[in-house]
Amino acid sequence: MPEGYFGSYVTIGVFAVVGLVLVFGTLALTRLLRPNVPTRAKTLTYESGIDPIGTGWAQANVRYYVFALLFVIFDVEAVFLFPWATVFEDLGTQAFVEMVIFIGVLALALLYAIKKRVLEWL
Amino acid sequence: MSLDVIVFGAMFVMTLGAGLAMLFARNAVHVALLLVLSQIGLAVAFLLQGAFFVAAIQIIIYAGAIMVLFLFVIMLLGVDRREVLDEPLRGQRPLALGLGVLLTAQVLYIAWRGVDLAFAGTGEAAIQEVNSDPGNVLGIARVLFGRYLLPFEVTSVLLIVAVVGVMVLTRRMYPAAPNVDTDIPGTEAEEVAV
Amino acid sequence: MGAIADFLGGPDVVIAIVKVVVAFAALLVATLLTIWFERKVIADMQARIGPNRWGPFGVLQTVADGIKLFFKEDVRPRYADRWTYGLAPVMAAVPSFLAFAVIPFGDHVTVGGERVDFIVSDLNIGVLFFLAAGSIGVYGVVLAGWASGSKYPLLGGIRSSAQLISYEIALGLSLVPIVLVTNSLSTVDIVAAQAGSVGNVDLFDGTFLQGVSELFEVIPNWYIWSQWPAFLLFMIAGIAETNRAPFDLPEAETELIAGFHTEYSGIRFALFFLGEYIHVVVISAMAVTLFFGGWNGPIVDEFLPWIWPVGWFLVKTIAFVYLFIWLRATLPRLRYDRLMWLGWKRLIPASLLWIMVTAVVNVNPEGVDEQTLRSIRLAVFGALFLLVLFVVAKGDPRLKQVVTPERPRSRRAQKQGVKSGSS
Repeated sequence: MPEGYFGSYVTIGVFAVVGLVLVFGTLALTRLLRPNVPTRAKTLTYESGIDPIGTGWAQANVRYYVFALLFVIFDVEAVFLFPWATVFEDLGTQAFVEMVIFIGVLALALLYAIKKRVLEWL
Repeated sequence: MSLDVIVFGAMFVMTLGAGLAMLFARNAVHVALLLVLSQIGLAVAFLLQGAFFVAAIQIIIYAGAIMVLFLFVIMLLGVDRREVLDEPLRGQRPLALGLGVLLTAQVLYIAWRGVDLAFAGTGEAAIQEVNSDPGNVLGIARVLFGRYLLPFEVTSVLLIVAVVGVMVLTRRMYPAAPNVDTDIPGTEAEEVAV
Repeated sequence: MGAIADFLGGPDVVIAIVKVVVAFAALLVATLLTIWFERKVIADMQARIGPNRWGPFGVLQTVADGIKLFFKEDVRPRYADRWTYGLAPVMAAVPSFLAFAVIPFGDHVTVGGERVDFIVSDLNIGVLFFLAAGSIGVYGVVLAGWASGSKYPLLGGIRSSAQLISYEIALGLSLVPIVLVTNSLSTVDIVAAQAGSVGNVDLFDGTFLQGVSELFEVIPNWYIWSQWPAFLLFMIAGIAETNRAPFDLPEAETELIAGFHTEYSGIRFALFFLGEYIHVVVISAMAVTLFFGGWNGPIVDEFLPWIWPVGWFLVKTIAFVYLFIWLRATLPRLRYDRLMWLGWKRLIPASLLWIMVTAVVNVNPEGVDEQTLRSIRLAVFGALFLLVLFVVAKGDPRLKQVVTPERPRSRRAQKQGVKSGSS
């Protein structure tokens, strides 16, 4: 019954819109009610009471992004697992064997990453 | 005018608007956010087509994972650097222009063919098959794990190649020297045993 | 495709609007109460009194705090990126709300011939929607960290985005076994599959242990019995997703002040707070839905039959909120490298393994239907699985390592130690 499903997505849409309106409405309302007297001291960046040094950007290790890259890869894998899980009952052994290969290959990738010490966080 | 047309129109404006704004935004983070906005617009467009599963993937993978990766890299590199205007690769711009024209031609051709197919009604049968009774996800799963089994398994190989690629690219940043803090005697042996 | 137009014409519109309004009101009240509850419970655990001024037992304390934040000046740091800085709290609060849309919080009621289900929207991809909302929720933290133009928030933002994405995979994978045994992505189907009791276990049929079989009739048919490894994985990853203790690294006070929301004040800070507590409520409600039978309960009386399931759902959810608070009062914060170690090297492999175990038990070449036996087999495998995990964790030298470095003892203490040792 696809029609009913359209209805349920419209409800989600209404839910999202109401949420956004509520949040932005609150922000707009407080804008009218609250004081707004920015001074130099107030708008300074917080650095534990000392005047800020340098720019707001702090040097961070670029290798952090390996985690983000691996996340994308494993997220793709996770997304494949969901439709597989829904048809598992129907397809039975065939689906099982298919997924053993799929997960096996990716587990190998994870193992490789662990062995190469890529996932060590300094 | 029915509501789905209105929603489609709104999404059309949102997606294209975000895309155009992306071209003119100066700040890399703003560009990434606008891209997220256009991804969400695309997801809603998929919903209008009845492709619920694809819409969910659009959000989870594109808006959720890949854009977070973009933001992550932008944050790590810092955005206040001025863009370098001289090209490290010679002839980059003409090449980009040529490829852009090619891509536009491709998109236009697909759009033209798509309209053709929609009027002929030949695409309808395939969509019907996927969207048939138990719902979209089951339909996709049956097709994916049945008829298109080989491409699916090849995907896993593609993903492992990506993992290896990540590690090769970042290799230089990983000194083989053991980390004083995390390297505890006995760990190595235990991991080999497992 | 006039489906949406048809939808707008019918009484469904009224129902939808009522549902949305009720859900929002319920969530806001739940947040206010959860914050008060947390302060009271933690105070109790630390032998304090906690808030007791506003309203009975200080219930209205959160309202008072909210009003204060409402009228507070909202200071924007000079180097902040104006638009992104303003958008981040919204991105943190709204996705938490959204995830609640797919949680069934009761059975249904018939009003004027119209069936009203106690769920904002039963999506056929409900579980995926929950994940999608979570993946969008990462932006609030990332953007707040970047947009503040300050060092502490930036480090907090990078840290927490790395944490959130690591645990998001484990969270997603921990849901797969549930989908596998239900064969549906709809949360309503998952709750329906957990109705009734375990019942009719023919294990001890005809033997002197038949009484044991009858005992099974009163045990509710929840997924927790067969899927408890998945439940543990879900809870650990879920707590990490809410950024709460022991995974509250993003806002580790001692090193990062308040992490990503260091530079936020007034109503925008309140929005982050709201987002976090709604997230706690939603994760609790999701745990109830997936593993503890949702709104199913032992007693449904003739008197107001629709209110009982809602009551059961509330009781179970509050129990989980209590668990969140209890953990916060009990556990110390993880060190960052351990956090990543746990996420990548333990939770993800463990959840992949558990998916495979569930698949092995459920694979059914002959096509015989023996649902209950499968569940029991799963439970047995679960026990074995956890035993293995436990042994592996026990054997890991990292866990045995002393966290606080030993203090070098003073000479006098050493002397005394020698004395007492010799005597």
